Amino acid sequence: MTTTADEPKDKRGFIARAWDFALELWGVLSRPSTVFALGTLVLAGFAAGVIFWGGFNTALELTNTEKFCTGCHEMKDNVFAELKSTIHFTNRSGVRATCPDCHVPHNWTDKIARKMQASKEVWGKIFGTIDTREKFLDHRLELAAHEWARFKANDSLECRNCHSADSMDITKQSPRASVAHQRFLFTGEKTCIDCHKGIAHHLPDMRGVPGWQ
Amino acid sequence: MLKRTGIVLLALAMAAGTATLTAQTVTSGLRGPTPLSDEGPAPPMLPNRNTSEKEARNYPEQPPVIPHSIDGYQIDLNSNKCLSCHARSRTSESQAPMVSITHFMDRDGQFLASISPRRFFCTECHVPQNTATPPVSNDFVDIDTLLSRASPGGRR
Repeated sequence: MTTTADEPKDKRGFIARAWDFALELWGVLSRPSTVFALGTLVLAGFAAGVIFWGGFNTALELTNTEKFCTGCHEMKDNVFAELKSTIHFTNRSGVRATCPDCHVPHNWTDKIARKMQASKEVWGKIFGTIDTREKFLDHRLELAAHEWARFKANDSLECRNCHSADSMDITKQSPRASVAHQRFLFTGEKTCIDCHKGIAHHLPDMRGVPGWQ
Repeated sequence: MLKRTGIVLLALAMAAGTATLTAQTVTSGLRGPTPLSDEGPAPPMLPNRNTSEKEARNYPEQPPVIPHSIDGYQIDLNSNKCLSCHARSRTSESQAPMVSITHFMDRDGQFLASISPRRFFCTECHVPQNTATPPVSNDFVDIDTLLSRASPGGRR
């Protein structure tokens, strides 16, 4: 083991010193402890694990709330304002969807994957990609297309978290909805987002989008 | 003395007249019994008819009414939800009636390849239906009824 720390002045480069430090750390970590009992180490490790895991998930869930999403004016003044007039915000039974219900997968692994993608959104926030209404409208088609592609790829999973095709009573639906769901949804020919674009937010310029004029 | 009695009588008459005017409420079919100075309660909104069955037109030129709910349908420069089903190219999948051929004509009667911009905003003419009782009654009689009155079983 090298003892670079003992030398008062190290003339070597940063990388060489860092490498030495890593080797020294590995030396400490790979040897059995001579001070702490095994039980102490196990319990301390367990407690630290609980705190880390709990803290991580708590922080993750904090970023998964409507309050967090609408903390930025980009969301509050554009998409959240539009949501308010739709059935996913107010309706007869008072059940409502918040931002992450539709825009973040509920399954943990998928959620982490989506959260990592969302680092691009942090970039956008820092550099003001959509910090005015005009910029937002310019990017609206691109942003919407990302969400449509995501819903299409996961078979509208976030819709189906609440709207299960198995639990759908078509006799309670309007004749139009009943026919359309039997023809396209139950046969698997289409998925929710194919027909229900713009259900919770205003639509961008739809020219060129399949099924729209 | 006589003059004073006259003034008192006149004052009484004026007071009575004002009181009658104030007590009077103007009742109209649209406003109901609410005084003109007040705003009455809004009538409850009725659910729209939501079927896929056509309604008969009252006269040939009548824009067909919408038999289904159109809640949340966006019709603006960006998109037209109605055309997702009623556009020519969409009707085979949706089985909805196609937008009338007259909607492809410009103001000079020339046919365009797609819906004419002046016919784009559907709800300017086509409206959904509910079962509201009209506040003002309507004695409209369609032309068939009118003709059959003149000559029962006559030509249509």
